[in-house]
Amino acid sequence: MRKRDNIIANTDWFTVFLYLILVTAGWFTIYSASFDNPDASMFDITQRFGKQAMWIGLALLLAFTIMIIDAKFFSAFAFWIYLFVMLVLIGVLLFGKTVAGSKSWFQIGSFAIQPAEFAKFATALALARYLGKLNININELKTKLRAIAIIMLPSVLILLQNDTGSALVYFSFILVLYREGFSGIFIVLGLVMGTLFVLTLLFGKLYLIAGLAIITVLGIWLSRKLRKNAKTVVGIFILASLFVFSVHYAFEEVLQPHQRNRIKVLLGMMHDPRGVGYNVNQSKIAIGSGGLTGKGFKQGMLTRYHFVPEQSTDFIFCTMGEEGGFIGSSLLVLTFMILLIRLVLLAERQRSVFSRIYGYGVASVLFFHFMVNIGMTIGLMPVVGIPLPFFSYGGSSLWAFTILLFIFIKQDANRLNVL
Amino acid sequence: MYKKNYSSRKYVIISIFVIVALLFLIKLYFLQISDNNYGNSANNLVLRTITEYPQRGKIYDRNGKLIVYNDAVYDLMVIPRQVTNIDTAEFCSLLGIDTAFFKKQMKKAIHYSRYKPSVFIKQLSKEEYARIEDKMYKFKGFFVQRRALRKYNIPIAGHLLGSVGEVNHRDLKRDSYYTRGDYIGKSGIERFYEKQLRGTKGSKIIQVDVHNRNKGSYQNGKYDTLAVSGKNITLSIDTELQAYGEKLMQNKTGSIVVIEPKTGEILAMISSPTFDLNLLVGRQRSKNYNALLHDTLKPLINRAVSGTYPPGSTFKMINALVALQERAITPKTKFSCQGPESKPIRCTHHHITPLDLNEAIKQSCNPYFWNTFKSIMNKPSFGGTHNAYEKWYNDIRSFGFGQKFNTDIPFEVKGNIPSKAYFDKVYRGSWNALTVRSLAIGQGEILITPIQLANLAAVIANKGYYFPPHFLKNTDGSDSLMNKFKTKINTAVKPKYFNVVQHAMREVFSKQHGTAHYYEVDTLQQCGKTGTVQNPHGEDHSLFIAFAPMDDPRIAIAVIVENGGFGSRWAAPIASLMIEKYLSGEVKRKRLEKRIMEGDLIHKH
Repeated sequence: MRKRDNIIANTDWFTVFLYLILVTAGWFTIYSASFDNPDASMFDITQRFGKQAMWIGLALLLAFTIMIIDAKFFSAFAFWIYLFVMLVLIGVLLFGKTVAGSKSWFQIGSFAIQPAEFAKFATALALARYLGKLNININELKTKLRAIAIIMLPSVLILLQNDTGSALVYFSFILVLYREGFSGIFIVLGLVMGTLFVLTLLFGKLYLIAGLAIITVLGIWLSRKLRKNAKTVVGIFILASLFVFSVHYAFEEVLQPHQRNRIKVLLGMMHDPRGVGYNVNQSKIAIGSGGLTGKGFKQGMLTRYHFVPEQSTDFIFCTMGEEGGFIGSSLLVLTFMILLIRLVLLAERQRSVFSRIYGYGVASVLFFHFMVNIGMTIGLMPVVGIPLPFFSYGGSSLWAFTILLFIFIKQDANRLNVL
Repeated sequence: MYKKNYSSRKYVIISIFVIVALLFLIKLYFLQISDNNYGNSANNLVLRTITEYPQRGKIYDRNGKLIVYNDAVYDLMVIPRQVTNIDTAEFCSLLGIDTAFFKKQMKKAIHYSRYKPSVFIKQLSKEEYARIEDKMYKFKGFFVQRRALRKYNIPIAGHLLGSVGEVNHRDLKRDSYYTRGDYIGKSGIERFYEKQLRGTKGSKIIQVDVHNRNKGSYQNGKYDTLAVSGKNITLSIDTELQAYGEKLMQNKTGSIVVIEPKTGEILAMISSPTFDLNLLVGRQRSKNYNALLHDTLKPLINRAVSGTYPPGSTFKMINALVALQERAITPKTKFSCQGPESKPIRCTHHHITPLDLNEAIKQSCNPYFWNTFKSIMNKPSFGGTHNAYEKWYNDIRSFGFGQKFNTDIPFEVKGNIPSKAYFDKVYRGSWNALTVRSLAIGQGEILITPIQLANLAAVIANKGYYFPPHFLKNTDGSDSLMNKFKTKINTAVKPKYFNVVQHAMREVFSKQHGTAHYYEVDTLQQCGKTGTVQNPHGEDHSLFIAFAPMDDPRIAIAVIVENGGFGSRWAAPIASLMIEKYLSGEVKRKRLEKRIMEGDLIHKH
């Protein structure tokens, strides 16, 4: 057998190792966050930790299956998979079950599945397949619009399910597009718009526009270079002012009240530790009380007595913060960081563009979840209900992330076979 | 087709990953390491300190009879900070209160502290508690605290036992042991022995879940402490004698103090009018307290230790004793008496003249004691009246007058024996025996308290010494408290000089013309001395001191009946009945007893 056909030798075991660490740590943390009886078996399937053990077992089976499927299957069927998942997303809009305000679940017996989770890998596959075509020119507007459409379709469908958090995840594909040659302006523009949005909310539109005007005038007056392009500078000022005006409208009219309030709490414009700010406040107390070394496995008082809502799902990081302390929580952050960097490096070593784009898609999606989920528990992000990959309780998300990751590991293992 | 290579953009992307991770690490550092407040906040959320209140010590009388004990009640407490999302309407209807009351109490509690528990509703009964117990979990921030209220077996001795009430602002400031809603001894024994009676509070730290349900002790009770019950106290009081004295004094103003001469133990202390301590327990306490406070007869004042009176004729014996000790007279010294014509002090009795000391005590002859006093003041060897007065002053004070005993007697006052300096000031240095002649017969500036008078009776019974009068007989365990009560104090007068006084006091009862002859009982060997004290505000005060039996005194007593007229009219029979009650256990003079008990000096005006 040729070396390049040897799957075991070509698999990136370091990534697999990081995956296993995260999944196992997640399982223990879920145990700690949800046990009632201190002597309960880790495999008691009436409990969340027992179920998670089951999901993990099935996830490993999925991973193994992916590893033995022909690598070309995924690129060949990328569009079909995408199409199928989009149909399922439409199906869930029609026949789905509403949980916590989001119509995003299929109920099959006692078993519920969330299709939106699986749309991520499907979208990554479709995007990689589209931009990976040999004759594609990324600089053509048509190509750009099509790529964006592939990304936006699931996002809009999920938004219609009223699952804003999961819909926002698709913004992460901006990183993929950037890597493939889209202008960096998008990222810069995004940052500028974000900054203006926050400043408008904090200072009010009139002060902000006045401030921008002063900066514009001073810029033109002091810098010769800017004076030469005065028209452009003034144009940018006018656009920025228009954006600032629209922020108010968007904030008050487009966002739902709970979303507005979450942003206000984050920006310190609203102090309501018992109402809107309750989750974040409790979460910060739990994490903060962990100290350097934490309270120890199963010893987190706030976790044990349910002071943090959603603590085995979206707020699982609190349990790590309280019981693992600074050491535990920063190790978790570093593990994610290393995994993300590893994925980028793996993506860059791909010979096929499809594999590279898909790899970046995986890294981007994981990064977005990592940033938003941990960010919200420590008060750096507004509360957006999305899980921490591999860690949070839940079968759908664990399987979807496992599929997402292992398709890439399979592609990577097969890289030497690509001409 | 030319394809630009964008692979260097991986560095931008990796940088974004690293920057976000670093921001998280920095934020985590601030949350978990540099800011310690989160640990406290976490403890505030999860841990509840439950105070375990000790049983307050019980109080027994000298015969082991239980006087004061405890009964459980339940205070509804609130910690304002923890009150969240409660159904106020349901809460109010459960407790049978209106929302205005709810708001008022919450405001009060918040004003005191958001973090510390305040009493929301005081003293729920067992039945009320049983009704709300099961539903308390619904109302976060509220809990029930078990407390003990004082119960009194017999409604007596209000003044000396004192009441127990909620701590006030001053108590809280003075002693950090107390928290709002705690109980403290407010007066009397309860106050003096507060530290012994209260015991030590314990505390238990428990963990609660987000629904405020008890999840068991914190760290297996590592930080818990047990409550230590208060010590039981046995008083020297004889409850039967006390109750009897209170009955004799009903409808009269004044007091009785009874002391066991050999020990200084107070057997009974009655101040009349008195009050029922049960009035000062429970939710009606402050209402009742105010009523008592504003009563014109001032029932809250303990006249036995805070009332001051001129001692009148009872003081004559001390003058005689001091004169004997200072060799100003001998028992055989005779002075003549011109009856009502006597100068400078007239005599109110009819008797033979000249008369000796024995006769003079029996007859309470004013001129005799004026001459006695003058003999001290003018005794040549003292070198002048002022030096003599100094000597007299010190001798008098050695009987315990003009000062406090400083034992466990609450709200004691000093009384007054005027000092030489005082007269120097008032008379600008120019004064002599004649100027201060009232002192000879216990009038003028002299003021004594009933307990000092009873102590005088004990001194005479003991022939010259006393133990400071006190209430404590023993407490569980510690004896150190008792030591200061066991110090024998000798007066300036030698024992031998007491014989003549005792003899004369015996004859006050035994001889035909003795002022208390009417109350003589063969078997009791009573010795006594009447006093009739002039009172600028109305009728004379009736005074009597006595001890018995003469050979082996077991009881010393002082009685003061305000506006009771002659000493022999009210004070003497009351003292005599008390002696009979204590020594015989049973009073045979039913008619006399009836007359005294039914005597009403308060409502006759």
